[in-house]
Amino acid sequence: MSTAVKTQAGQISADARPASGAWAAEARTDAASRLAAMGLPTRRDEYWKWTRPDSLISAAPATAEVFDNQGEPLVFHEIDRLKLVFVDGVFDADASDDLEGEGLEIERLSTASEKDIHWAKDLYGVLETAGQTPVQSPLAVYNSAMATDGVVVRVTGKPTRPVSLIYRHEDSASDVILHHVIKVEEGATLTLLENGAAAARFNQVTEVDVAKGAEFHHVRAQGRDHDRQAITHIFARVDAEATFKSFTMTVNGKLTRNECVIDIIGDDAVAHIAGAALGDGAENEFHHDDTVFITHDAVACESRQVFKKVLKNGAKGVFQGKILVKPDAQKTDGYQKSQSLLLDDDASFQAKPELEIYADDVICSHGSTTGAIDEEALFYLRSRGVPTPIATDLLVLAFLADAIEEIEDEDIAAEVTGRLDAWLTRRRG
Amino acid sequence: MLKINNLHVKLEEEDKRILKGVDLEVPAGKVHAIMGPNGSGKSTLSYVLSGRDGYEVTEGDATLDGEELLDMEPEERAAAGLFLAFQYPVEIPGVGNMTFLRTAVNAQRKARGEEEMSAADFLKFVRAKAKDLKIDADMLKRPVNVGFSGGEKKRNEILQMAMLEPKMCILDETDSGLDVDAMKLVSEGVNALRDEGRSFLVITHYQRLLDHIKPDVVHIMAAGRIVKSGGPELALEVENNGYADILAEIDA
Repeated sequence: MSTAVKTQAGQISADARPASGAWAAEARTDAASRLAAMGLPTRRDEYWKWTRPDSLISAAPATAEVFDNQGEPLVFHEIDRLKLVFVDGVFDADASDDLEGEGLEIERLSTASEKDIHWAKDLYGVLETAGQTPVQSPLAVYNSAMATDGVVVRVTGKPTRPVSLIYRHEDSASDVILHHVIKVEEGATLTLLENGAAAARFNQVTEVDVAKGAEFHHVRAQGRDHDRQAITHIFARVDAEATFKSFTMTVNGKLTRNECVIDIIGDDAVAHIAGAALGDGAENEFHHDDTVFITHDAVACESRQVFKKVLKNGAKGVFQGKILVKPDAQKTDGYQKSQSLLLDDDASFQAKPELEIYADDVICSHGSTTGAIDEEALFYLRSRGVPTPIATDLLVLAFLADAIEEIEDEDIAAEVTGRLDAWLTRRRG
Repeated sequence: MLKINNLHVKLEEEDKRILKGVDLEVPAGKVHAIMGPNGSGKSTLSYVLSGRDGYEVTEGDATLDGEELLDMEPEERAAAGLFLAFQYPVEIPGVGNMTFLRTAVNAQRKARGEEEMSAADFLKFVRAKAKDLKIDADMLKRPVNVGFSGGEKKRNEILQMAMLEPKMCILDETDSGLDVDAMKLVSEGVNALRDEGRSFLVITHYQRLLDHIKPDVVHIMAAGRIVKSGGPELALEVENNGYADILAEIDA
């Protein structure tokens, strides 16, 4: 079978794949042939109706101005963590901490791929492949074929500090494809942080295997870079009694699509995914898309989707979320909440909540709302002397609060709230 | 302190006149009460004075210490010293009561060109005021009015009043939904704030609140106007005979 992708002129292709070791080369070839069969996303695809894939699949990315954060310390700077730095998608060993920690194995993807036998072999592209159902994600397949760098992390204990992926953007034309693989072994715990502008265009896949009784906590900050065009994918497999929690805060960004596919395969597991996005289209476009699929294939598991978006000045928000409950997944407790707060008439929010349930003894529900600022609350605050802009921001933070509450670590949650508060304050001028 | 002159107000959305020429003056240091049957316009008067949307002033004016109130934004009125204790305090999920209080206190100080209060000073200040009103630490931590009982909500209103130290306080049916003990507590909170530089306008249906907060003057409002004014004995008359006699007397 030919593995060459039939590409159209002017679009990305998986023909010229990066050199890598044997198992990785095989995985890349497999991905390339899957992509050939699948094709790149088009606007005719059901899950690409509201987000134009054009800028993500053009051969070259649009340039993105390197964001000047004017000396503001990067998010999480006060959190003690193991730092792994990528500059325009290239791992920077000098800027990073040593790749070791108690109960941790960390390697660059390229190093791991050159080893004949490596645990990452059983996950790289494997969880991504499994995650192509219920809905195809061609840009993740493209990533598996073409990823240029990334880390593989295996956790066997309970490291005392989080692993922190820090992205730096220095080249206004960088087109970055990163692929991380994370394996949290039975009973182990990992907190993963991510922040920083990564590239002009960014395609990321993170495959996460959370074994029996293990815990994975993920907190990600996207922003404040304005020109960002990013598509990120998380593919998680969650085994019995394990916990998977992921939270993303997003500020600014021309186009951000965060996909997450979670397969719950073991009984009594917990999977939560949450997001808080602030979008103002006044100076730059803002388009933010959360696309989430959670599959329950085990008994008595709990899943939560909590997505909040605050939009104004033509900012656009999209939510596509599905809970699929397989026939044997009895006692499933699934809840999906996607809400947007539109601060003016120009902003828009489109939501497609889906429940597909084949088991009969389940509790599953969803709530998708679009609303404006609560005028009663606003008047109450103003009547106490709080000027409208400050009162509005208080209500914005309050609206985002239940997404932020999904972060378990109090210090990290406080950091996220503090940042959002500071960013709102800055915008007030 | 507060001067209302021939105030006419209608609803913005429909052609419904609610206030039809209210004249009222509350001097500094005095407590005035407004009583009146349902629908007489009492709450509308409090909302119009505090700047709520939805009303249109068609005639007349209102001043606070000579400043034209009705041209100001609600937050400017607050900074000028006006405070409305709501009949139905608003619940604000996600905003901690303490954050709310600190934001309000500092916003007003800033508007008046004063220094913002430090976190430590604020904490000391709020704890002392909260203690007087038997408001515990938990109530300060919880989101504003969320899950508060009726009595807790009203105590929280008085706490805000105590923190903001306004010069003109309007209490809109602060007694509604209160049991006897809560009414006593709230009244003590109000009485503690009585001062020669501070005035009160107490809107109520019932005389019983006025047993605790002794008014200097009682006004009867009916059909959008103040129809009768007198001393505290007027409230007793209402309590004993209802509004019918007074209204009949006026119609005659």
